[in-house]
Amino acid sequence: MTKEPSKAPTSGKLTAASSEPVRFDITRKKFRIADYVAEKIIKGVAFLSITIIVLIFFFVFREAFPIFSISKEIKKSTTENVVQDVQETYGEVTDQPAKEENQETYGAVTDSSQVQEQYGVQTNDTASIEDASDKAYTVSAGSGFDDNQSAIKTLLTKDWVPVSDKPRYGILALIVGTFKITLISLLFAAPIAILAALYTAVFANRKMKEIIKPTIELLAGFPSVVIGFFALMVMATFLQEIFHYETRLNSFVGGIAMGIAAIPIIFTITEDALTAVPKSFYEASLAIGASKWQTAFFVILPAATPGIFAAILLGIGRVFGETMIALMATGNAAQMDLNPFTSVRTLAATIGAEMAEVVFGDTHYNVLFLIGSLLFIFTFIINAIAEFYVKGKLMKRIQGK
Amino acid sequence: MIVDKINTEDMFLYYSSKMALNNISIKIPEKKVTAFIGPSGCGKSTFLRSLNRMNDLIDGVKIEGKVIIDNINIYDKNIDVVTLRKKVGMVFQKSNPFAKSIYENVAYGPKINGIKDKSQLDEIVEMALKNAAIWDEVKDRLGDSALGLSGGQQQRLCIARTLAVNPEIVLMDEPASALDPLSTAKIEELIVQLKENYTIVIVTHNMQQAARISDNTAFFYLGELIEYDRTKKIFTNPDKKQTEDYITGRFG
Repeated sequence: MTKEPSKAPTSGKLTAASSEPVRFDITRKKFRIADYVAEKIIKGVAFLSITIIVLIFFFVFREAFPIFSISKEIKKSTTENVVQDVQETYGEVTDQPAKEENQETYGAVTDSSQVQEQYGVQTNDTASIEDASDKAYTVSAGSGFDDNQSAIKTLLTKDWVPVSDKPRYGILALIVGTFKITLISLLFAAPIAILAALYTAVFANRKMKEIIKPTIELLAGFPSVVIGFFALMVMATFLQEIFHYETRLNSFVGGIAMGIAAIPIIFTITEDALTAVPKSFYEASLAIGASKWQTAFFVILPAATPGIFAAILLGIGRVFGETMIALMATGNAAQMDLNPFTSVRTLAATIGAEMAEVVFGDTHYNVLFLIGSLLFIFTFIINAIAEFYVKGKLMKRIQGK
Repeated sequence: MIVDKINTEDMFLYYSSKMALNNISIKIPEKKVTAFIGPSGCGKSTFLRSLNRMNDLIDGVKIEGKVIIDNINIYDKNIDVVTLRKKVGMVFQKSNPFAKSIYENVAYGPKINGIKDKSQLDEIVEMALKNAAIWDEVKDRLGDSALGLSGGQQQRLCIARTLAVNPEIVLMDEPASALDPLSTAKIEELIVQLKENYTIVIVTHNMQQAARISDNTAFFYLGELIEYDRTKKIFTNPDKKQTEDYITGRFG
């Protein structure tokens, strides 16, 4: 009973308040339609972009997957696809008798996509088609040869000969080539970009900075085909005259050209990282009698390490996926060695070069997608390293947390 | 006998065309604590920074007149500023240890001076940390990042870093303004100890601090040196009315 009177005044007060016009009514939640819609749209866009990336990822992996499948069902369906494909091609390419003959061939050869792939390459010359089908007979008669299995077996060799009677899909040379060229371009680009950034951030006066930074950043948007063309036509000859190596187009030329493409990226991010170092570090160092150079190298550069690390990784990403320059300036021969003056073929360039001549659904096609997946995975690993290393180790060391 | 360590004569300083210091002439004695007080923007920090030419870093600063340290005008043409700053060290308002370990922070100065011997470096680091009264707190974690220390410890580390290059003069720009009373007390105690070996010039907003630790006090107002005398006199019986008003809190 004691509670009643204490409640009554409160409610009375409330009703009294609500009878008057209330300036700030905080008792009811309002539905703000503009906020709601904006929030949903932003959310939708964010998720859409993530979904698209995941879908691409999924698709690339799916197309690469058949190489590893040795279950009969998948094999069978692949074969059927292949047969249909080839028949279509033939319809376009050759005259009637040839088509019949090849259909016969197909009846006999159960599972030989490399034959059909060869057909893709050799076009309407009837004689050579007969030739190839003859070879197909011998192959199929000889081994009862399983396409996917043999592809897996050759995968870890260094022979990349996808168009042949006995195709070999050794991607080792491509991987080594890619890493070789990445290393060369980084050894070229990183020091130049970092030193340029150091100069711009620490030494250059404001006017110089306003000229240098936009100029180098402009280079980041430079079409790589132009850099590739320049490397192919001018740089390759020039460098050959200096170093006197044998092959004109090689990983050295390609690496330098890709380095040129990577410099602006590394430069910009490094410069930002250096500028973000607190000015107090700079003052503190000078105030105890360090020279500008000592300050730049021993205080500012170490303090910007995480940013520089990220910059280099982005540079790696750029070089890694660079296709045009690789196609034009590296020589495109899948050789595996550690000599910087031999031709190489990179993973990305392989896809770029062979996408036009590969037959849909073929083993070669699958292997190209496998290469695509590898590029995906490598990039993912690089990013993961960046994330964990920078956030975990470097930040801990630098911020003392 | 009191020797004048720093001696400025008719010194003017301009930021672009704006005059920031107007005709400053002051004699700062050796191995004493000299405090600069005055309201914000009165030029006391600017003046302090011109004693080791830190103002050179700011675009558009022009200085006229003489700043004489040990009978040499430090604004002469062929003065080596890097060496000057080794002689005249500076501690800043905001503690600014490098993103390195505690040890590396202190060893940085000796290292850039060419000391490579590890045992000698160890000795210098220990000495500097002891002089800055922080050795006991950090001796077990010299390898940890300096940024993990508390604000007061960081500031004492910065003092240790300055002492490690063994300067003759230590300039302090409001070294305790961002610290709690306990840390402030430690810094003040430290400053009083340091004057045995170093000439100390300190800028402070805290008048009690100036009264507690300094031997001489200079009062700046609007870019001018209003009054400069023994601290006791400034705080008990100043000559100028402006000084008295400021000290008693009637303005500023």
